[in-house]
Amino acid sequence: MIDKIKKTIETALPGSIAEPFTDDNHHFEVRVIAPQFSGKSLLAQHRMIYAALGELMNEIHALAIETKVKENV
Amino acid sequence: MNTQEQIKALLEEHHIVLFMKGTPMFPQCGFSAQVAAILGEYHVEFHAVNVLMDDAIRQGIKVYGNWPTIPQLYVDGELIGGCDIITALHEQSQLAAVLA
Repeated sequence: MIDKIKKTIETALPGSIAEPFTDDNHHFEVRVIAPQFSGKSLLAQHRMIYAALGELMNEIHALAIETKVKENV
Repeated sequence: MNTQEQIKALLEEHHIVLFMKGTPMFPQCGFSAQVAAILGEYHVEFHAVNVLMDDAIRQGIKVYGNWPTIPQLYVDGELIGGCDIITALHEQSQLAAVLA
């Protein structure tokens, strides 16, 4: 599932880096760095990730999201 | 009244509405518990909706807010966000202004 999340987000947001974590394959955390986030509210950024994950969200019980525009920010 | 109208009416009736799993006293999910606890620190009145009691609301709020997870916090009918965003706002001391 971890690879699926990473691939899905990075495909939907070209140039992004997604780093998903889990220790129980049920609760997930993902850090996403994407140029598309710049100038967007937190809500909009998270919505972009939920939109990218789409149907996958039904298989993910809990997802904590941390977003960044650029690596060094 | 269908579910979407029910949700809209609820949001118009209360300044702050938290859709959560369980209740503030007995949250049934870590993320819901976290948001309820954070709100508790601000001593603001908020209307908590236990989505576990009504599956139509539980699914309907995801459509209404265009947000696939619970909890969801609304202020003046506007979605503020889920657990991550509320926690981030709280940590950056931006939540008080949002809740005002």
